[in-house]
Amino acid sequence: MRRRIATISATLFASALAAAGSAAPVTKPASKQANKPAASSAAKSNDVVTHYAYLGKAYREPAPLSLLKPAVFPDEGLAGVRLGTNYNNQAGKFLGLKYVLDETMVPEDGDVVAAAKKLLAAGEHLIIADLKAPDLLAVADLPEAKNAIILNIRARDDVLRQTQCRVDVFHLMPSDAMLTDALAQYLVWKKWTRWFLVRGQHPADVEYANDITRSAKLYGAKIVAERAYELQTGARRVDTGYQEIQTQMPMLTRGVSDYDVAFVADETNSFGVYLQYRTTDPRPVVGTDGLEATAWGAAYESYAAETLHDDFLKLANREITVRDYEGWLAASLLEMAVKQGSARNVDAIRKYISADSLKLAGYKGESMNFRSWDNQLRQPILLMDQLSLVSVSPQPGFLHPVYNTDTLGIDQPQSQCKFSK
Amino acid sequence: MKTANPKRPHARFAAMCLLLLMLAAPPGWSATLFVTNERGNTVTVLDSNTLKTIKTIPTGQRPRGVVASPDGKWVYVCVGDSNRIDVIEVAKLAVTRTLPSGADPELLALSNDGSRVYIANEDNSQVTVLEAMTGKVLAQIPVGSEPEGMRVSPDNQITVATSEGSSLVHFIDNKTLKLVATVLVGARPRVATFTTDGRYVWASSEVGGTVSVIDGRTHQVVQTISFEIPGMRAEFIQPVDIVMSKDGSQAFIALGPANHVAVVDTKTYKVSDYIVVGQRPWHMALSPDGSKLYSVNGFTNDVTVVDTKSLKPEVSVNVGRLPWGIAVVP
Repeated sequence: MRRRIATISATLFASALAAAGSAAPVTKPASKQANKPAASSAAKSNDVVTHYAYLGKAYREPAPLSLLKPAVFPDEGLAGVRLGTNYNNQAGKFLGLKYVLDETMVPEDGDVVAAAKKLLAAGEHLIIADLKAPDLLAVADLPEAKNAIILNIRARDDVLRQTQCRVDVFHLMPSDAMLTDALAQYLVWKKWTRWFLVRGQHPADVEYANDITRSAKLYGAKIVAERAYELQTGARRVDTGYQEIQTQMPMLTRGVSDYDVAFVADETNSFGVYLQYRTTDPRPVVGTDGLEATAWGAAYESYAAETLHDDFLKLANREITVRDYEGWLAASLLEMAVKQGSARNVDAIRKYISADSLKLAGYKGESMNFRSWDNQLRQPILLMDQLSLVSVSPQPGFLHPVYNTDTLGIDQPQSQCKFSK
Repeated sequence: MKTANPKRPHARFAAMCLLLLMLAAPPGWSATLFVTNERGNTVTVLDSNTLKTIKTIPTGQRPRGVVASPDGKWVYVCVGDSNRIDVIEVAKLAVTRTLPSGADPELLALSNDGSRVYIANEDNSQVTVLEAMTGKVLAQIPVGSEPEGMRVSPDNQITVATSEGSSLVHFIDNKTLKLVATVLVGARPRVATFTTDGRYVWASSEVGGTVSVIDGRTHQVVQTISFEIPGMRAEFIQPVDIVMSKDGSQAFIALGPANHVAVVDTKTYKVSDYIVVGQRPWHMALSPDGSKLYSVNGFTNDVTVVDTKSLKPEVSVNVGRLPWGIAVVP
């Protein structure tokens, strides 16, 4: 067998490391890893090994209203990273590259910061963070994380891309503002521009409602009424509960002046799913229920997406979710820096993934890269109902001088993000 | 019969015959075009002279990759969702046999004598090699994820396969049916094809937006070709199929959502032209004499005929739903 062309010489690599100075190494020749069984068991002696970590927490989540959605997938997000790691190693075995995923799942009452400190102390500087915003910030602000790269695959909070942005946090998950803009463009394209905003009481609902209002202003839609759903969430999945809902939802939605769509903000899944078919006026529902904007959905099939679904099903024995997709994408991004960019330390990886020339593939029909002003991944956004893809935004005619995907979310002139070094 | 020139009736008759012949068959050749319709689950058969649909052949689910046997008797169609190859008998314009393909076949190639089929199993990360007539499996070769592009070298010695998910081009020795080299290229390579002299392999990277030229002897990437179309966003320039001109001097490269076919000089690697075709051209084929290039356009459900001398699009004709691949039988 002829020598593989792209195999990286371990010796050359070692000298490159020595020259790299303070840059924290993330890849090591396998031969130097003899004391780490996870790395050395399958790696050949001249393989270059890259370590990265998954850091998640078993948050307490409300049970979904629909029986079709299991309350919790214990491996949600993580299973996507595992699949990505399998893909990475499949390509890597032809190139002398190996990837090792170190998994940390903090229990519901556990300490994320302590877990992150442990990872960082062990030299894990590439962290795929499946965390909510407060935990994500707490980890990013650790002095030990100063030179880390943290890939956010979960938190959609706009504030993480605005006043609370962090230079070492890269957001693969789209922001809420991107999602409401994606829906807004479609609704404007449909000429459904009179919106009835229905929101829950949770702070996240208020945040999402603010995004809906922002998108309405931006795209010239009108919010004809705004109402809060004030009833307490009762026992979910109660037998014969439908009679009560059948009268509740018309009460919530009656007497609203003429509108085209009910735009629902229910981030905690406490009532939104009950709006469809039960509003006083016959109107479609969009937002967190009904027609949803999302980075991924199991019913999406374009651009070879089915391959990912099939492989995911084989691995995790369930349908893929958006967090799984982002987890897969994060692993894929790191691999791309190591494989295509020949990056062998954290600084080189940061340089590669921050560059405008990054061409990340994510089954979206176009290459993707990060916005320089807030580290948000540019990406087309899917508009889906439960069973099918309805459309993909940006919509035709919504143009931007540089990237059309920058019509979604906070554009540079509006950005409040100031990276401090 | 009265004629204007009673002395030379035969000459006049001959001239009339020639005129009729010229009207009926202007190029001096004719071919049958087989176009797979990914969403229609059919193959549209076109006559190259009239560009009319002769027949629409039902196939298995999701027909994509399509090639004709060198003797022109068979057309092999990957029907991915049915996990098999449907074989169209050209004389009957019907599927008369099927071959087992392994999981989810996407593209395939035939050996130059037509005896072997090389299949990319998209969902299974392997290349399956079959005997074309019996369907006997000769080998299943593990490659990177989402294998797609398949092409056999002009001397029949090597088969190249792209792995879209792993961004690799694999070189398979057709004698041993083992990998001899693997080369890293840009993101999501769709097609790899040999130059007419067999020396170089050109591989398109759909998301990378480039074409890598690999030296077939050293397995080094010797050139990376980029594309720029005024007014077109870089992220929409997505090279897919590569077809070499008959004389080998030019490469035609379909640019997908950029709705153009690039023309590249195979010596200087300079892009000399961009030809407007239908929307989302993916696969292409040449007429038997090389004078026409057929581009299959997925979003406009049509095939554009391009004159390879003037590099002008001549006409587009409708085919089925979401057309994908094309094979030409002389």
